Amino acid sequence: MINAVSLFILWLFVWSLLNWVPDTKQLIMGVFVAFFMTFMTVDTFGVASPSGKVKRAGFFGIVKKVFWFVCYTIVFIWECIKANIDVAWRVVHPTLPIRPGTIRVKTGLKSDAGLTFLANSITLTPGTTSVDVDKFKGYGYIHVLFLKDGAVSSDMRLPVVDKFERILKRIFD
Amino acid sequence: MNENIGIILMVIGLVFDFFGCLGLIRFPDVYTRLQASAKCVTLGTCGILFGLFVCTGFTATGIKALLCIAFIFLTAPVSAHALARGAYRSGVKPCEGTIVDQYSETIKK
Repeated sequence: MINAVSLFILWLFVWSLLNWVPDTKQLIMGVFVAFFMTFMTVDTFGVASPSGKVKRAGFFGIVKKVFWFVCYTIVFIWECIKANIDVAWRVVHPTLPIRPGTIRVKTGLKSDAGLTFLANSITLTPGTTSVDVDKFKGYGYIHVLFLKDGAVSSDMRLPVVDKFERILKRIFD
Repeated sequence: MNENIGIILMVIGLVFDFFGCLGLIRFPDVYTRLQASAKCVTLGTCGILFGLFVCTGFTATGIKALLCIAFIFLTAPVSAHALARGAYRSGVKPCEGTIVDQYSETIKK
């Protein structure tokens, strides 16, 4: 129930942003649209965690999560800009300095939202694109644009993935 | 002043979009091309939209541009992920110079 109400408020907010500045007519229309969207999406977003246990964070917990989310956003935007400069450099380089490969990394995240955010961040950070996620075994398969020499073992770790995982663990798990 | 900053941001976005398209032509196979297009086109398009927001401020257009940035950041990596996974599953081979391929070893089992 709490999930449905917060989803309804979120969709109404997005609708009013789309029709900025909303007047009465738009808001009445928005209530219908938001109700329909809540009806459609409550099954997807309503499930809290795979284990079925819903842990409600207290007020202090939510403040902590918001703080880590701001940290995540700053780190993410910085990595994203670095990634773009890196790719642009490789594209214009006359000899195309790439050594591509697909590797497997281990991840400790459990929740769906956490894994989605991790996969999205991997795609937008330097030299890596996520190809598949095995949720039950906790593996992520990553396509890397430039693999360094040697040290391609079975469960190798990438510094970028570790950095994001440490932050996302505090937000979603 | 705001307009100048906005136009500079738009030009930066256009340059990144251009590099993304260049990568689409120059890179050898599906997966490396996806890398170039997913990264550069996401940040390039967001740069153009953010430049538009800086130009117009908190008006109807500016708010919509901000909303579009949020949607692009959420959806562009997901589509790249789906394309890469679909290409692997349907048997598109990685290019010649590939060093390791641990994923195709896994899905064969």
